[in-house]
Amino acid sequence: MHHFPWLTVVTFTPLAGAVPLALLPKRALNLHRIWGMFVTVLTFGLSLGILAQFRTGTLGFQLVDHAVWVRSLNFNYTLGVDGVSLFLVLLTTFLMPAGILVSWKLEHQVKNYFLAFLALETAMIGSFLAIDLLLFFFFFEALLFPMYLIIGGWGSERRIHAAIKFFLYTMAGSAFLLLGILFLYFLSGSQLGRATFDYRALQHLAIATTTARWLFLAFFVAFAVKTPLVPLHTWLPEAHTEAPTAGSLALAAVVIKVGAYGLIRFNLGLFPEASGYFRTLVLVLAVVGIVYGATVALIQSDLKRLVAYSSVSHMGFVVLGIFAFSLQGLTGGVLTMINHGLSTGGLFLLVGMLYDRLHTRDLNRMGGLAAVIPAYAGVFLFVALSSIGLPGLNGFVGEFLVILGTFIVTKPYAVVAVTGVVLSAIYLLWGYQRAMHGALPVAGGATNGHGNGSSGRLKDLELREYFVIVPIMAAILFIGIYPKPILSRIEPTTYTIVGCVQMTTNKGAPLPASNGPLSAESLRRLLCTSGGP
Amino acid sequence: MGPLAQAVAPSHMPIVLRPLLPELILVGTALALMLLDALRPTPDQRPFVLLSLAGVAGAAAATLSLWTWKGPGSVLGGMIAADRFAVYFRLVILAAAALGILLSSYYLDRAGEARGEYYPLLLFATAGMTLITAASDLILIFLALEILSLSLYLLTGFSFRRLASAEASMKYFLLGAFSSAFFLYGIAFAYGATGTTNLAGIATALASRVNGDALALIAVGLLAVGFSFKIAAVPFHMWTPDAYQGAPTCVTAFMSAGTKVAAFGAFLRVFGVAFLPLAHDWRAFMGVLAAISIIVGSVLAIAQTDIKRLLAYSSIAQAGFILVGLSAGTQAGIQSAMFYLAVYAGTVLGAFAVVAIASVRGEEHTALSSYAGLARRRPLLGLALTAFLLSLAGIPPMAGFIAKVSVFSAAVQAGSWPLVLIAVLASVAAAFFYIRVIVLMYMQDPAPEIEGVRIESDPAGWAAVLAPAFLTVVFGILPGLLFGLLRTASVVRF
Repeated sequence: MHHFPWLTVVTFTPLAGAVPLALLPKRALNLHRIWGMFVTVLTFGLSLGILAQFRTGTLGFQLVDHAVWVRSLNFNYTLGVDGVSLFLVLLTTFLMPAGILVSWKLEHQVKNYFLAFLALETAMIGSFLAIDLLLFFFFFEALLFPMYLIIGGWGSERRIHAAIKFFLYTMAGSAFLLLGILFLYFLSGSQLGRATFDYRALQHLAIATTTARWLFLAFFVAFAVKTPLVPLHTWLPEAHTEAPTAGSLALAAVVIKVGAYGLIRFNLGLFPEASGYFRTLVLVLAVVGIVYGATVALIQSDLKRLVAYSSVSHMGFVVLGIFAFSLQGLTGGVLTMINHGLSTGGLFLLVGMLYDRLHTRDLNRMGGLAAVIPAYAGVFLFVALSSIGLPGLNGFVGEFLVILGTFIVTKPYAVVAVTGVVLSAIYLLWGYQRAMHGALPVAGGATNGHGNGSSGRLKDLELREYFVIVPIMAAILFIGIYPKPILSRIEPTTYTIVGCVQMTTNKGAPLPASNGPLSAESLRRLLCTSGGP
Repeated sequence: MGPLAQAVAPSHMPIVLRPLLPELILVGTALALMLLDALRPTPDQRPFVLLSLAGVAGAAAATLSLWTWKGPGSVLGGMIAADRFAVYFRLVILAAAALGILLSSYYLDRAGEARGEYYPLLLFATAGMTLITAASDLILIFLALEILSLSLYLLTGFSFRRLASAEASMKYFLLGAFSSAFFLYGIAFAYGATGTTNLAGIATALASRVNGDALALIAVGLLAVGFSFKIAAVPFHMWTPDAYQGAPTCVTAFMSAGTKVAAFGAFLRVFGVAFLPLAHDWRAFMGVLAAISIIVGSVLAIAQTDIKRLLAYSSIAQAGFILVGLSAGTQAGIQSAMFYLAVYAGTVLGAFAVVAIASVRGEEHTALSSYAGLARRRPLLGLALTAFLLSLAGIPPMAGFIAKVSVFSAAVQAGSWPLVLIAVLASVAAAFFYIRVIVLMYMQDPAPEIEGVRIESDPAGWAAVLAPAFLTVVFGILPGLLFGLLRTASVVRF
């Protein structure tokens, strides 16, 4: 089928935009910024084309772009989009302009920073769209280096340590992923006649139960590091805390989503039986992550670390939803990924703005800020409430679906998970209270010392910062009030995935039975193969 | 008629020299340069550089014309193969030679070592390298091996006033001579087992037997040892770090790329053709060689504090990865090894070119610590070295990624699981020391005594850095360009 290659264009627009940027003179800082902004906004605009072309209710991958990469070894370039990846791509392209805009005042190595950023964007979009395992791995690994540079090059004091830790953890994880991918390639060679990395072809493999379980583990380790799941999360708080604001945004909002996305796409999609086998283990890790992340967030006095640990907790919800094996759970999990990107991404942006003013992230040195910068305080509260899951805002929809989807399947996990919601209200509101309310701190000296105004007072949000945060707030509100257009596009895909896993393992919540003409087995096969050949 | 009589071109066969034209041009240029140096000695090296480049370009043109060669598969009594396999390897080697010449002109000027005999030696070495990849007779392979080795021993010791260079040359020579003996002994056994030294003849003789006999297996072992010395596979790697470190950096750049490509070219031809009937006997041996090269090279590289030694150990590990492809013993394995070799040659040459430039003059700043803050002092140089290191580490979008994945997938298809497991895990460890250099360059401040050192380069130096960097990225994103050639180039013809 010949159509406009939307996916390829969206994936490579940022990278193509990096080339002219590299040629711009080094001193023209404003030109760099404007160009970076232009490229990211253009990418977002183009990605809306994917949304417009996306046909709701169609099973399988859409807008597939295909090209031969290496003929003799059957390496292929194949991109495709479905309900799970659609909004992750949009989330990426939506947030990247905010990342550029929030870095507007950066003076140090601006060009390299934006170059790394644009390369990162291409790698992130590519990871969500690749439906060839080798190509996925290509993008998955390509993410690493720009992210590493951004943390290590522009981060705060302990940035080098954090960057190396991030790099080594992910590299170690992806070694197992590569082995797993190579083994599937090998299996496809013997079973399908020609060795391939094509996701849709690999779903047809008949993998022996034990083999599939080992493969599941190989994939799982790589994605659990990235997601991150306790106990493989220890790189995350450091990387988040040390990264520059836009780096934290990219890391929290998108990079770690690649891990959760991989769990859905590859672990559930390729190894449904093994997913059932390891389900309890993963669910336990997920709820431990929820409670652990929330508890540790409670005792943080560094605002950025607090938000970082809240990520661990929220990603626990995502994984809980994924492995609940119910339609509501998985759909909620996907939506929570989007929500977490908006809320936590927003919180990182806001923490960065605060740091720009106070030059500290220490909650003990803040207080009474609501009186000084009321607009900022209001925005912060709004985004924090969305992260907590206040009804009417986006967080509620996702977390509610996850908890509901878990509850109808297995009550104990849902009960434990709910404590995470409660704790999130405590740590975020408490953090808000310590920073914004109460007496102006002794640190009046500190704030004055670094204040921007001639009067020594802190400036409230400026126009540029409104441009950063208002679109995110609008999205938060939109999803909170009217999530239907999003859910209706996610659901057909999550339906097939849950249906496949459910019918293979007999665990989780059976889908509404359809007394169609298909036998149970052929229905299962249909669901397990991306709804297509 | 005995094999010896066949080899001296029976009278009814015309003597066809065209498949040997690239070597003839190279040797002719080298001789002309020697004469020029003897008759009109001049301190100005530019004519030498330009003439050498012209010679290499002529050889490349002659090689390219062989791509569409319609004549017999081998000429001169089965001594020279006229296949695309040879064309491919020659082109890679000639490209390395051209960049090596450019880098040498940059380096020798600054090091004050510019002398007339350098370029003829380099061209002789190149001729030996291209010849060995086209040779389809063990005797000629040995001859070519000696041509390239003798020239390289001399080049390694070219800065003989610097003790390290003289010492490196001596070590390289002693161990090299030792390995030549192994190789020659292997040829003798091969002749004993099959009655011929011609590769096609050996293959036919071995294929007609049900079991490989002891003589043939001994020949396989001895020849493999001989090649392993040249490609620097563990445990025959001992000369590598010293020779790479001691040699002038421009020589290191050229020989690390050229020798490995040339030796592997012959290695692939000998084992992929002549000893293919014994593949099930030598595959495990190659696998073990590959595994220990990868492990030892990667682990020892971690402890290095000198960039040249680090790259030397890295090249040992890389030899292991290429052996993974060879050990598959399949067409896919040979193809991926050939792709890997081209990528490796560009990468390692570019990396040493950066080292040559960053050292400012001669061998002044090769300690790893002097790379602190390099990316801030010279962004383009830092970026290029980053590309090379990422490629060596196998991180996309660099060509090294596709190279690694392709040898792995070939090995996997051949069922070599333990080997792939070791190789993948070792490449994580290897990533550590490549990243360490990148951290130094990007994230640390230069030491005060380094800060003031001005790093400059000239167009020749830049070409030697930027051309490989460009190719490393292009072949990483569009590997099909090379693999397209390899579809026919990986087939050995007679």
